[in-house]
This record gives sequence, C-alpha cells and structure tokens, in this order.
Amino acid sequence: MRWASAQRRDLRQRPSRILFYVVLAMIAIYLVFPFYWAIRSAIVPDAVQFATPVVYWPEDPSLENFRKVLATGQFRRALLNSAIVAGTVTLLSLAVGAMGAYALGRFRFRGSTPVRYIILSMTMFPSISVLGGLYTLITQFGLYNKLGALVYSYLIFTLPFTVWVLMTFFRQLPRDLEEAAYVDGASPFQTFWRIMLPLSAPGLVTTGLLAFIAAWNEFLYALSFTQTPDKRTVTLAIFYFSPQTGGGFEIPWGQMMAATVIVTLPLIVLTLIFQRRIIAGLTAGAVKG
Amino acid sequence: MGRPVIAEPRRAALPLRRWQAMTLAERQAWLAWLFLLPALLVVVGVAMVPLAQTVYFSFTDKRLGALRPAQWVGLENFRFLLTDPLWWTAVKVTVQFTLITVAFEFLLGLLIALVVNSRFPGRGPMRAAMLVPWAIPTVLSAQMWKWMYNDIFGVINDLLKRAGLIEQNIAWLARPDTSLLAVASIDIWKTTPFVALLLLAGLQVIPDELYEAATVDGANKVRQFFTITLPLLRPAIVVALIFRTLDALRVFDVFYVLFGARPDMQTMAVYAQNYIVAFSDVGYGSAISVAIFLVIAIFVVAYVTTLKVEVQT
Repeated sequence: MRWASAQRRDLRQRPSRILFYVVLAMIAIYLVFPFYWAIRSAIVPDAVQFATPVVYWPEDPSLENFRKVLATGQFRRALLNSAIVAGTVTLLSLAVGAMGAYALGRFRFRGSTPVRYIILSMTMFPSISVLGGLYTLITQFGLYNKLGALVYSYLIFTLPFTVWVLMTFFRQLPRDLEEAAYVDGASPFQTFWRIMLPLSAPGLVTTGLLAFIAAWNEFLYALSFTQTPDKRTVTLAIFYFSPQTGGGFEIPWGQMMAATVIVTLPLIVLTLIFQRRIIAGLTAGAVKG
Repeated sequence: MGRPVIAEPRRAALPLRRWQAMTLAERQAWLAWLFLLPALLVVVGVAMVPLAQTVYFSFTDKRLGALRPAQWVGLENFRFLLTDPLWWTAVKVTVQFTLITVAFEFLLGLLIALVVNSRFPGRGPMRAAMLVPWAIPTVLSAQMWKWMYNDIFGVINDLLKRAGLIEQNIAWLARPDTSLLAVASIDIWKTTPFVALLLLAGLQVIPDELYEAATVDGANKVRQFFTITLPLLRPAIVVALIFRTLDALRVFDVFYVLFGARPDMQTMAVYAQNYIVAFSDVGYGSAISVAIFLVIAIFVVAYVTTLKVEVQT
C-alpha cells in the first residue's frame, strides 16, 4: 500500500520535476554559452572561424590564436598596465579605506553621520558626472596619458565601496577585544593594526578582490585619460582590436577571443574560489548600500 | 636669557597636556577624525572638487587647450541642450534601454532566483555558473556578443536559421530596428545573474515555517508566491530595481563598444564623453553631465515616492 502511494506520488511529480530540470538546463546554457563560444572561437583556426555553416564543436583545436596575441608586445604591455593600475588602486583603497572604515565603524563622534551619508552617496555616483572636472584636473596636473591618472580616478569608485563594506565588517567585531588591548596599554593605532586589521582579514580579501575586479574592468576613464597604445589597459587593448591588428580585412576575431579568454579566465577562477565571499560582499554592499 | 629655556619645553608639552585633560569622548573624536583623514582627502580630491568643477564648467564655455580663459555664459549651455536633437535622441535611447533591461532582468532574475532557491543536486555549480557573466568585463562581453551577432559568420544567425526562425542572415547591430534589442540582450545576459543573486539573498531569509503553515492551510504554490514570497521579498526587489535603474541610466561601455559614437545609438553618457574628450568642449559636455544627473534624480524621486522606500543607514 505504502509503496503504491509513494509510486503514485512520484509519477504525479515526475512531469514537473522534468520541467524543472529543463528550465534549469536552459538557464545554465544561457549563462555559460557565450563564454563557451569565446573559447571555441579562440581555439579554431581562421579557416574554420570564417566558414559557413558555423562549426559548433571544433575538430582540431589549436593554440595558434593565443600564441599570436601573446606575441604582440601591445597586449602583453596592456596586461602589465592593468595589473599595475588595478593592484595599486586595490592596495591604496584597502589602506585608506580600512582606516576610514575603522573610524566610522568603531568610534562614536559628532559628524560621523554626515560623513557616512557622503560615502554612501558616492557609492552610487555615476562616473560620467565628474568626467569634465576630472579631465581638466588630470591635464592640469600633467597626468594625462599616464597610468597615475587611472590610479587617481579609479579611487572614486573603489574607495567608497571599500569603506562601506569594511565598516559593516568592523561593526560586527566584539567590543571587548579593543578594550582588552587598551587595558594592556596598546595605542589606538597598535590596536587597529595588530588586532582589528588581522581580524577583518576575510573582509579585506573580499573587498580587495571586488575593488581589483572593478579596476581591471574599467573602461570609461581609461578611454578618456590615455592616448598612446603603450598606456592601454586590457579593456582598451581589446576594444581597439582592428583589422590592422590581424593584418587582414576582417577583424581578427579568433585572436580577440583568445585575448578575452586570457583576461577573463583568472577573474573567473578567482570568482569561483571566493564565490561565497563575493556573493556575501556584493549583497551586503547592495542591501545596505 | 633664562626665560625662553623654561618656556620652550612648556610649549612643547602643551599638546600632550591638553590631550591628557580631554575626556574620553573628546579623545575618541580626535582619533576618529585622524583615522578618517586620508579617506576624506581622497573623497575631496577625487570626487568633490571634480564634481564642483563639472557643475561650474557647465555654466561656462570652457574648452580644453583654448588660449583664452573660460567665460561665464550662464544658462546658455542648458538652453542649447533643450533644443539639441542629438541629446534628446540619447535620452530616448537610454530610457528605452533602461526600461527594457530592468524589466527583463527583474523577471528573469526572479525566475532564476526561485529555481536556484529550491534544493536540487548540482545547486553549487549552478550558483557558480551565475557568477560567470558577472565576472567578465563589460567591454569583453560586448566584444564576445558582437562576434556572436556578426551578420555573416555569427552564431546567433546560424542558430536562428537552424531553428527555422529566420531565413536570411540579419545584420542585428547595423539595423536601426534591431540595434537596441541586441544591445539590451547583452546587458540582460550580464546583469540578470546579479539581480538573481540579490533576490536569492532575500529569498533565503524567508522562514520555511511560513510555507509549511500555508500548505497546511491548503494554499497552493501560486497563492503562496503572491501572499508570502512577493511581500517578504519587497525590500530586496526595491534595492535591485533601484540599483539596476541607476546603472542602466549611466550605461556607457556596451554602447561604446558596439556603436562608437553612432548618432542614433548614443546613450547620454556616450554623448557627454564624446563632447568632453573628442571635441574638448568641456563646458557643453559638463552641462550634459549635469543633465544626466538630473535625469537620474528624477528616476530616484519617482522610485522613492511610488515604492515608499525607507532610507536607512
């Protein structure tokens, strides 16, 4: 009896279960297919790339496109530029942001609420709304077409975010830790540096990663504040791929996709490793911001 | 001779003594500002000053590299903006893009969030797959899709032809009637997972007991969705909608990669950037920036009044 009813329920549920997995599979394909297509286009030779009908599963993959794109000094230079800019911006905003977040998260003082509001409003600041002012400042300071211009301008979106997320992080730490440190005669800065900062390491990793990704992906300021190919970041280098780059008439899509995979793969790996923390950081920043 | 010798150490000791005379609260305040100082300097230097300058320039005829200094022109730039057909095209394109993408991202994101919220084998990899579009830089995903939309060798035309939906290849990105949908589809692909993650975080705090009680009371799944899920998800929905709208209104990257400064497919941000950088017309470009700010503000006010958001910090 019991077996029969269980089976009946199973039978009744099966169609909806199948539908569920069909929907699930469609969502997964939708999310991943474009990236699959970039990889596929990166590993096929041009003869297959520019053939109709389209070949979906490459028969003999080759790394020719990767070799070609890495052989150009410009792309390697762009990788280096992006690493320098994103790395510097991340370290700067972590250092400056952690101190600011500590002040806002752990101290009660007059004026902290307006400062919090200013920081919060900056997290939603559209980059375009300060472009005119930034552009003139950067030319005046002689920073135009220098990587320093990018480090300087990227702080506008990495710093407020860093302060905001780390502030919520500092607030969650127990108060007795600090008090114990003060009783032991530690100075405020020692307390911050030796006790609070190490405890907030997980938060620093998450915000640092998010800041790095934001700086690595930036396009508007990089496009506006640099001019010569040797100052290009990876987003610019990939934007400027042209028929001339490949020496043909058609845009060298294969090489461009190879470059895309090279630039994206580390990000995807990092994202997958720190998946949980990134989701927590993104939703915390968003829900509370 | 003797007096300065005595006075010197006293003066040096004064700050320390003042520090010792302070109450704990006063000391805390001093320390807090000290810790905040670097961040405040950056905020002022990177955001406040450029913002003030942008607003100021919007009332001048400032040009970069001009020999004569900028002159105050009052509301001249804004008067010109009101009758500038290219600006209004940019507003139309941006607002249409915003409405399409936010609507799709919300509905699709809600569907994905509901699906991923149920327990099933392979849930971990599924959540991981959701982060893939988000992790790819917008410029690169735009290029990936540009290649997929290619009129001759593109995979999208090929798929649609195989499915029998179209007979001839379509130049999706060149045709005026398909350009907007094509670019919207890229943004929807990239950002829907993010919306889904936000909504998923909201779903996960709804207690299971509510659904169990509702099932006992005989409410079916659809009823449960409208009476439990949707009301309790409201805060997350509001946040997602506001975030996505603000982002969509200032969209730049994906349009610039696909269309450059093509007059019929410029967004407000592309139009402003083009004036400031390509034409060096900082005055008019800044006026456009200020106008963008106002358009965004209108949307924020509309949201806050219709959804009755409680602002909290």
